[in-house]
Amino acid sequence: MKWGVLIFPGTWSHQDFAHVFQDVLEVEWGYLWHKETSVAGYDCLILPGGFAHGDYLRCGAIARFSPIMDAVVRFAREGGPVMGSCNGFQILCEAGLLPGALLRNDSLQYRCRWVHIRTERCDTPFTRTVPPGQVLKIPISHGEGRYYASPETLAGLRSNGQIVFRYGTPDGQITDEANPNGSLENIAGICNEGRNVLGLMPHPERASETLLGSEDGRLLFEGLLAGALPR
Amino acid sequence: MREPTVITPELIAQHGITPEEYQQIQAILGRDPNFTELGIFSVMWSEHCSYKSSRVYLAQLPTRGDCILQGPGENAGVVDIGDGLAIVFKMESHNHPSFIEPFQGAATGVGGIIRDIFTMGARPIALLDPLRFGPLTKGKSRYLLGGVVGGIAAYGNAVGVPTVGGELCVSETYAGNPLVNVFCLGIAPKDRIFLARASGEGNPVMFVGAKTGRDGIHGATMASETFDEGSEERRPTVQVGDPFKEKLLIEACLELMGTDALVGIQDMGAAGLTCSSCEMASRGGTGIEIDLARVPRRETGMIPYEVMLSESQERMLLVVRRGTERLVMDIFHKWDLDAVIVGRVTGDGLLRVKDGERVVAEIPAVALAEEGPVYHRPVRRPAYLTETEQAELSGLSLPEKLDQVLLDLLGSPNIASKQPVWQQYDHMLFCNTVVEPGSDAAVLRVQGTRKGLALAADGNGRYTYLDPYEGGKLAVAEAARNVVCAGARPLAITNCLNFGNPERPEIMWQFAEAVRGMGDACRALQTPVTGGNVSFYNETLGTAIFPTPIVGMVGLLDDIAHATTPWFKAEGDVVFLLGETREELGGSEYLKVVHGLEVGRPPALDLARERAVQQVCLEAIRAGGVSSAHDCADGGLAVALAECCMTTAKAWLGATLTLPGEMRPDALLFGESASRIVVSVRPDWGESVRAMARRHGVPCVELGMVGGDHLMLRGQGLSLRLSVEAIHWAWSTGLSRVLI
Repeated sequence: MKWGVLIFPGTWSHQDFAHVFQDVLEVEWGYLWHKETSVAGYDCLILPGGFAHGDYLRCGAIARFSPIMDAVVRFAREGGPVMGSCNGFQILCEAGLLPGALLRNDSLQYRCRWVHIRTERCDTPFTRTVPPGQVLKIPISHGEGRYYASPETLAGLRSNGQIVFRYGTPDGQITDEANPNGSLENIAGICNEGRNVLGLMPHPERASETLLGSEDGRLLFEGLLAGALPR
Repeated sequence: MREPTVITPELIAQHGITPEEYQQIQAILGRDPNFTELGIFSVMWSEHCSYKSSRVYLAQLPTRGDCILQGPGENAGVVDIGDGLAIVFKMESHNHPSFIEPFQGAATGVGGIIRDIFTMGARPIALLDPLRFGPLTKGKSRYLLGGVVGGIAAYGNAVGVPTVGGELCVSETYAGNPLVNVFCLGIAPKDRIFLARASGEGNPVMFVGAKTGRDGIHGATMASETFDEGSEERRPTVQVGDPFKEKLLIEACLELMGTDALVGIQDMGAAGLTCSSCEMASRGGTGIEIDLARVPRRETGMIPYEVMLSESQERMLLVVRRGTERLVMDIFHKWDLDAVIVGRVTGDGLLRVKDGERVVAEIPAVALAEEGPVYHRPVRRPAYLTETEQAELSGLSLPEKLDQVLLDLLGSPNIASKQPVWQQYDHMLFCNTVVEPGSDAAVLRVQGTRKGLALAADGNGRYTYLDPYEGGKLAVAEAARNVVCAGARPLAITNCLNFGNPERPEIMWQFAEAVRGMGDACRALQTPVTGGNVSFYNETLGTAIFPTPIVGMVGLLDDIAHATTPWFKAEGDVVFLLGETREELGGSEYLKVVHGLEVGRPPALDLARERAVQQVCLEAIRAGGVSSAHDCADGGLAVALAECCMTTAKAWLGATLTLPGEMRPDALLFGESASRIVVSVRPDWGESVRAMARRHGVPCVELGMVGGDHLMLRGQGLSLRLSVEAIHWAWSTGLSRVLI
């Protein structure tokens, strides 16, 4: 299977995903420039972190209009697996592929640090090999990662089992202290109703080697590599 | 702006040009300069661009070494690290703009140093930010700190270059003049380094990146003056940064460098188009002719003077091979950036500036870039030294509760955890960060190799104030010790020399002495200087800052597995002190925090001993038995040991230790004797560490053992016991307690 890593002007985590695919997982991958209009030939799409188009407006608000996004939306509607991390999550929300929004951190400051997230759902193509309730050690790096949604949307996320990751303590307790940005219900990552689109603020690509402090992020790639769900 | 037609003495003085310098200009031109030419001379001959006061001293620094590919004189230094790779690094100051407008001042400082690195063909992969502010109890200092840190975070995070370390020190001396130094390091294929040279007569000169506005005009001149009450009204001369534009510029330039189109390249930083054009021509032994009418603008009605002196950010000047113009434009247009041909390389050695058909300036490039005035300014040993050196410290009262003193020191801003600052910076991008901020040095792995890089920034203004020569030496030694503790061999340095007004003999003496000290230390530790920056005129209302040379040190780990951190790792490990403690309280953090004194002499530094201690530490780390290594610096041995008990995670480990030495208990605990490293080793490695130390003639004393949840320190006339929890609370909340 071939991974497609999107690059918008201002994206910066694409290199790190490429490094993990090339050097750590040794899988097939390629870059997709935002002005392209087709994603043909790719089996999974990654929207990486960064400041697409500078993010001088709302994060992701311009990126959703990049030419490639039509193809991304089509790919997702057809059930293709799409993962947005950090800025990629923000873009997926702006593009309407995921519900809710990411607001300014409650500290009003950028935060780069290790966090722990509890895996709430193992029925997505990305988390299918993660044991239920497993806590992953993984970094965040964002200024606008406070997940917010209306009460109705939130209720829908809960009842559909779309909340995939929550910020917690190393032993999996969901507490206010463990919430790094003020996200509603400690939400760190969600999926769509079709379960094939995952958005999360943490950076799995930065937690894919023991040398860097954690290999837990690899699980999200390995789930797909173990065999993608039928399209 | 209207263009004056008559060059009056007042106009010359306003441009910071002395009557003698004006005569020199007349001699070079064989006539009077016009207004545009006067502006061009004023920025190129400003202290900031010409180094006219510092040149004679900087020439004494060692700049050669086996691994040095490019020393001072280019945009950044280049060092060979093997495996076909080179590192490119440099440090600069952005003190003056940051005082006037802290957020944009710091942000554009980051942008500028990043451009210096990718200009050379390297991808920027790490930033360090050494900062100095006044006491954080003052609202103004907190405002400046918040603005500067916010600006660094906003620019560095968005542009996508991780900030992996730095320094934060506060002192009254910086209240009216904060220091914002920025270091950047990049990595490049060794055979793909690009230089800022205009060669090949007839080759096109291209202008790429952002459009030109009126921002930053005379920034370089501003950085060459002291501050007075009206300084904050100069806010308009501070530029506004656009990290998104810079990110595009990085990618476009690196893409261009993968082709064979590029001949030479320089960023437009201080003195903008003026500096980049005349320096490239001067280095290339050529001339450059540019037509300002073709320069993309974002404001109307700009006169030639303004276009030449604008310091608008995120712009670069390129010389490309004739015939590749289309290719170059295509690359920049892909990244939505302007790329226009503004001129050509000539063979007449002149910087010729045209506005359409009209020639508005014509000056020999070499005269601007290389033949500016050079001053041997008078020097005089400052009178204050007699007083500070004679201060009698033996009669100092001994605090009753030394355990409380230790907690106070751990919670004081200069020692407390800086996490509240560095957690605002992305420090992990590029998947290289093996040791995060908060250690003695940051450690990055070098992808595609087994190697690693250790980066540290250091400089103690108080030491340098009390003895400029020793202060210069100590800055280099401590930075080297930091990278050694991280498991790296010190390779080379860049520096940023922050001083007062060089026209005052006492300041010039401080500078001369500090540079002499740095030179001696660099020679002894075999770490050449690859470049750097001098920032003079750090004065407000006639009061200079403490002379503050800051060293950016880069070390190489042949094997990333040797990366070492300061904190204890396992119960039962044996703790050793390499080096020895003498009764030295002069210039210490303890003396300042507890007694309110900044007197005495800084710790004595024997460079041969320093080198030997570093060798033992490195040898022991490479042999494999070392669990942790930590430099003893601010706050002395007791603070170093307390820091060893804490990791960033909550795995705290205490220790029971006996400190050797017969002296006052406070000197034993908090004195800052140089050349000391605390290592903890696995129990079965103790003997071999002793043997290594013996071989190098380095004192090596077993202090005790790691274990428990308390730090217990015993020594002559002292015994104290603190829970690691209390230590951690004091240290980790120290900054936030004062900032809130």
